[in-house]
Amino acid sequence: MHLDWTALGQVTAVSIGVTVAVVCVFALGVLGLARTDDSREHPDGARALGLTQAALCFLACAAVVAYGIYLIVPQFH
Amino acid sequence: MDHITFLVAVVIVTALAFDFTNGFHDTANAMATSIATGALKPRTAVLVSGMLNIAGAFLSTEVARTISGGIVDDTLVSPAMIFAGLVGAILWNLVTWLAGLPSSSSHALFGGLIGAVWVGAGADGVHFEKVVEKVLIPAVASPVVAGVAALIATYLAYKLTERARKETVTKGFRIGQIASASLVSLAHGTNDAQKTMGVITLTLISAGALGHEAGPPVWVIASAGLAIGLGTYLGGWRIIRTMGKGLTEIQSPQGFAAETASTTVILTSAHLGFALSTTQVASGSILGAGLGRRLAEVRWGVAGRMVAAWLITLPAAALVGGLAASVVKHGGNAGTAVIALVALALATVIVLASRRNPVHANNVNDDQAVTLRTAAPTHVGTAA
Repeated sequence: MHLDWTALGQVTAVSIGVTVAVVCVFALGVLGLARTDDSREHPDGARALGLTQAALCFLACAAVVAYGIYLIVPQFH
Repeated sequence: MDHITFLVAVVIVTALAFDFTNGFHDTANAMATSIATGALKPRTAVLVSGMLNIAGAFLSTEVARTISGGIVDDTLVSPAMIFAGLVGAILWNLVTWLAGLPSSSSHALFGGLIGAVWVGAGADGVHFEKVVEKVLIPAVASPVVAGVAALIATYLAYKLTERARKETVTKGFRIGQIASASLVSLAHGTNDAQKTMGVITLTLISAGALGHEAGPPVWVIASAGLAIGLGTYLGGWRIIRTMGKGLTEIQSPQGFAAETASTTVILTSAHLGFALSTTQVASGSILGAGLGRRLAEVRWGVAGRMVAAWLITLPAAALVGGLAASVVKHGGNAGTAVIALVALALATVIVLASRRNPVHANNVNDDQAVTLRTAAPTHVGTAA
């Protein structure tokens, strides 16, 4: 029996790395949104900053989703 | 179409029936956590999932060239054995559905085929070292990897957002869940619908109705896609309840982490050529997400029963497949008809048994447990 430990290790490392990265970036985006909600009472730079943070983070997640769709759909390869 | 004998027609119908059970068994993988957290309404969730499964079926051009991926000797496989194997897989899928247990449809199919080939062509036809390499190792490794990924991600998600407003966090992750759950569904459609297409195409080739290197005809793609999509749409609510509510209480950050972990494990494995079970990956992710939130309760009793179901899926389906194969082998067309009728009768009994305590779109989130009886127990009428 031949067992490809390298591939198994790769799956493990990539899966954990990508999952943690995506969820953390998304959490940061949500944090940005929460900051926007908090600063609604006293609108200053914090609101714009929070919004920018959220936009950048969600954009990064959308890019990962797009790559995921690219991987799933064989016609793109 | 004079190549389509009675047996071939029966195999095609049975393969589509398996595809259907595959669909409703696996809706939970993609949608259970989204339904549990309220990210999607139950009916919307199964509709989205069903559509994406059909889309996935049409997108996947790379149809399996072998039925089993080398687990059994494909040159020895006859349509009769495929039929017997499918019957084993379908019945096992129905029994686990009745018990609300998420078990692997791929393992059921492999198990059924192994049993049928063992009886039909002898033990030499089964490549046991391949079974270990292609089924057992991924079955152990993939839920663990998905679980660890979901655990770390969940822990960090809660850590990062602990000071933020709770409603914003819940709402944000709910929206994220819609995307992550949809990706799981699409990946599922491209993987699982093509299994059935592979079975039907190879049966048609072995019957001489198609050339040797032929791809699946359009009607095969369409019917396989529709069968799995319809199965997904009708929704295996019993399994959705177990995965969304039974294993642990899921909140939207956990659901997002679990679905992201499932998607990445499925995609990286497929990319590197590992066969794995979507069901086991999704269950592992949900358990990991349950452990990652502090104080979240994981119901180990439910998890234990689920793992037990994983362990017996392959042998149980093999047993039924083997039994069916011996009848078909000795009984010819009459035997095939008998097995088809018996399988139909058993399926009806199981569906009727599920009616005694039905789980559907309107009550899926009301309870954690899937039981067979509503009132005081008199007897338990299931083999599971």
